[in-house]
Amino acid sequence: MAIPIRLTVNGRAVDAQVEPHTLLVQFLREQLRLTGTHVGCDTAQCGACTVHMDGRAVKSCNMLALQADGASITTIEGLAPEGQLHPMQEAFRNCHGLQCGFCTPGMVMSAIALVKQQPNADAAAIREQLDGNLCRCTGYHNIVRAVQEGQSAMHGVSAE
Amino acid sequence: MNAPDSQHNQHLIGASVKRKEDYRFLTGNGQYTDDIVLPQQSYGYFLRSPHAHARIVSIDKTEALASPGVVAVFTGDDVAADKVGGLPCGWLIHSIDGSPMKEPPHPVLAQGKARHVGDQVALVIAETLQQAKDAAEKIDVQYDELPAVVNTAHAASATSLVHDDVPENTSYVWGHGDRAATDAAFAKAAHVTTLEIVNNRLIPNAIEPRAVNASYTRQDDSYTVYVSNQNPHVERLLMGAFVLGLPESRLRIIAPDVGGGFGSKIFLYAEDVALTWASKKIKRPIKWTAERSESFLTDAHGRDHVTKAELAMDADGKFLAMRVHTTANMGAYLSTFASSVPTILYATLLAGQYTTPAIYAEVRAVFTNTAPVDAYRGAGRPEATYVVERLVEAAAREMKMDPAEIRRKNFIHDFPYATPVGLTYDTGDYEPCLARAQELADVKGFPARREEAKQRGKLRGLGYSCYIEACGLAPSNIAGALGARAGLFEVGEIRVHPTGTVTVFTGSHSHGQGHETTFAQIVADRLGIALDAVEVVHGDTGRVPFGMGTYGSRSLSVGGSAIMKALDKIEAKAKKIAAHLLEASDADIEFKNGTFSVAGTDRSKTFGEVALTAYVPHNYPLDKLEPGLNENAFYDPTNFTYPSGAYICEVEVDPDTGESKVIKFTAVDDFGNIINPMIVEGQVHGGIGQGLGQAMLEQCVYDDDSGQLLTGSYMDYAMPRAGDLPDFTVETAKGTPCTHNPLGVKGCGEAGAIGSPPAFINALVDALSPLGVHDIQMPATPHRVWQAIRHAQAPN
Repeated sequence: MAIPIRLTVNGRAVDAQVEPHTLLVQFLREQLRLTGTHVGCDTAQCGACTVHMDGRAVKSCNMLALQADGASITTIEGLAPEGQLHPMQEAFRNCHGLQCGFCTPGMVMSAIALVKQQPNADAAAIREQLDGNLCRCTGYHNIVRAVQEGQSAMHGVSAE
Repeated sequence: MNAPDSQHNQHLIGASVKRKEDYRFLTGNGQYTDDIVLPQQSYGYFLRSPHAHARIVSIDKTEALASPGVVAVFTGDDVAADKVGGLPCGWLIHSIDGSPMKEPPHPVLAQGKARHVGDQVALVIAETLQQAKDAAEKIDVQYDELPAVVNTAHAASATSLVHDDVPENTSYVWGHGDRAATDAAFAKAAHVTTLEIVNNRLIPNAIEPRAVNASYTRQDDSYTVYVSNQNPHVERLLMGAFVLGLPESRLRIIAPDVGGGFGSKIFLYAEDVALTWASKKIKRPIKWTAERSESFLTDAHGRDHVTKAELAMDADGKFLAMRVHTTANMGAYLSTFASSVPTILYATLLAGQYTTPAIYAEVRAVFTNTAPVDAYRGAGRPEATYVVERLVEAAAREMKMDPAEIRRKNFIHDFPYATPVGLTYDTGDYEPCLARAQELADVKGFPARREEAKQRGKLRGLGYSCYIEACGLAPSNIAGALGARAGLFEVGEIRVHPTGTVTVFTGSHSHGQGHETTFAQIVADRLGIALDAVEVVHGDTGRVPFGMGTYGSRSLSVGGSAIMKALDKIEAKAKKIAAHLLEASDADIEFKNGTFSVAGTDRSKTFGEVALTAYVPHNYPLDKLEPGLNENAFYDPTNFTYPSGAYICEVEVDPDTGESKVIKFTAVDDFGNIINPMIVEGQVHGGIGQGLGQAMLEQCVYDDDSGQLLTGSYMDYAMPRAGDLPDFTVETAKGTPCTHNPLGVKGCGEAGAIGSPPAFINALVDALSPLGVHDIQMPATPHRVWQAIRHAQAPN
């Protein structure tokens, strides 16, 4: 039994019908074909599915699409709509903060939320706050650098 | 979709060029297998055995077939009826008695028996994934449970047999080295250091789970398979030639963006075959993406060795001989390269960086009712390095020698150097790496730091690891003599287009390594064209001529060398075209910075002009030269490459909680020449992250009785997280370029994972030794450290 929802995704109004059991990540990937948001686990641990809901980082595998009714969702595709990278995306590129790219969208979304919530987070705090995002490629060294660089770049920048 | 980039072509070799592939990954435009939806898409779900070891008495799929949306349900009987073969093992090992290894069938869907929890019993295909899952619950499988063989050390003596026709659950007992000379050296040794070592079993955990989207085309009776895989041509060879009996023309394997591999995506998996076979049965594409739980249960695991290792020395600490006995767990079946990992990739590395004159290793490979075990980042070489470097440091402690000095005393200095275990190191220089690592790690200041920590009630330790690895798999003739059932060359094609842009087709596969950038740097530098003008294509048997794929740190040294060979051919032909245009002889043409010129004159043609002429041959020596500018090369290395390095780890332990923290991790590596230092450092970081994960956190645990996987999720299996790891101090030494490949490169992908575990454990033992702890097994969790301290301090 499909249920209607209305929400904003990457700045565009979306009206859709979803099954009650549809996860937000399934809705984004399968119905809206926004495949930049990834699924890396089934226990809400890896963070590859992280998106922003009303400006807050959430794991889209861990909530129903229905729960996003009325919300504003930003996915990785919504960060650089005009092709100009968001300062955090640019920082990841500049610091080689990604290798295979699979955890990257979730990592970038988490990093932006982190820096907004804790504008002065130091390296230790960044490591602590990235606890919910797993990366198997980088050993996190360059991710921490990237978040610090993105943090500096975002100061005074109105992101999103 | 790649970033607009105007990085100039000057000095591209050795430059930390930002990656071409990053733009698509950072904007969500990467395309991984699960992102692909095909017309008429159906979805597959595997019903898996809940038991570690059981006879399959009966399977009733009637109710499942009637379930809503179900397209088909297949079991072992169906694949057997179609004569679908079992999965092959790519490396034949012989036992000491000369008999070939036991390689029992590895069926695509279980036949007769299920041999590990997660063994695939049935494939359900439905219109939606949810429908397939619902139907799978309606399949009635009657099992007759059997005792499970789980423990590596006890598998050979277990009464239960994983395979009814494999006695002692033993695939082979393999020996390597001169046993008599080794025993003789031990007999006259002044001191022998002995360690019992467990190399803990790991689960690879690429963050992208395995995925397959298999489709069948009626028009030409062919298959196209998207699969998250590290070596699509090997996948095609194994699946086509050995399992499904298909010629290459009817099987196209595409490995699009792949989210990490670490070895686990080298192998041909049962799911890949079952889905490909089934796509013809139902004449529709079938998609399957592993849930993380399935990855834990069915991705080939890594390591899992139990070893007794001994080092014999004279009174001055000079190594005389090494003797190693290892039991290696193969899991339930021999996976694609499983047999080579604890043998050819392990015992041949036991010389390390040292002149140990006699070495003997004996390896028993056992079957257990666990997931197959195969290559995982380093594959055999981390296990060897762990044995050597733990022994060396324990020996230093026992001999009351400085751990760096005992290493220096035994370093190899003269190259090429033939080890007693079959390898010939072409080049190396170990002392400068160790000295530089000591400097960066401020070893001189360590006693003061240790004292300061002591004042705070904490224990500090410093540990070394001087590793060697053999990369660049492999000279095909040598590999063949050692049991490889395939060649291990690589292929590169350079296609120069009429406009002067270039497409590079490589048999290597990038799943994070950045080949699209590194390989483009090589080509742009050589041809003197912009980096943007070079596109690198990989991962598609329909586009790339051939390839052996990416593993064993071979991409640059073997794949890059193939590209260099193809570039030689391009340059040679382009010079002929330029000579014609410039009305000069071929021999007088010089090529530099993208310009062909006649020596000693100002007459010249650009690379673009020559490319255009090759495709618009109006003024062209058609009687002597074919038009076009497109060259292909196969490169087969003449030796392995031997990266090496010195790692130093400093840890601090809280003796009250057992918690240990890496204060500083220093790595100095000799990778020979470097193309992109940024990417190389990133590879080392990642390797160290995985190595420290093994040493500190990760442990795959099966219940010893039931064979149930107890670490089957990220809630139970401790993956390293950002807060678990330190910053790394990483430097590449000026180094000793490889002497036998055109780039002088050695490979850097596995070094970190090889060098770091012993450095950490040696540091931990150093920290704990004042308390009487002289050994600790991986992973050295706080609980294990705390127990070791309590045990050492308990009154006798």
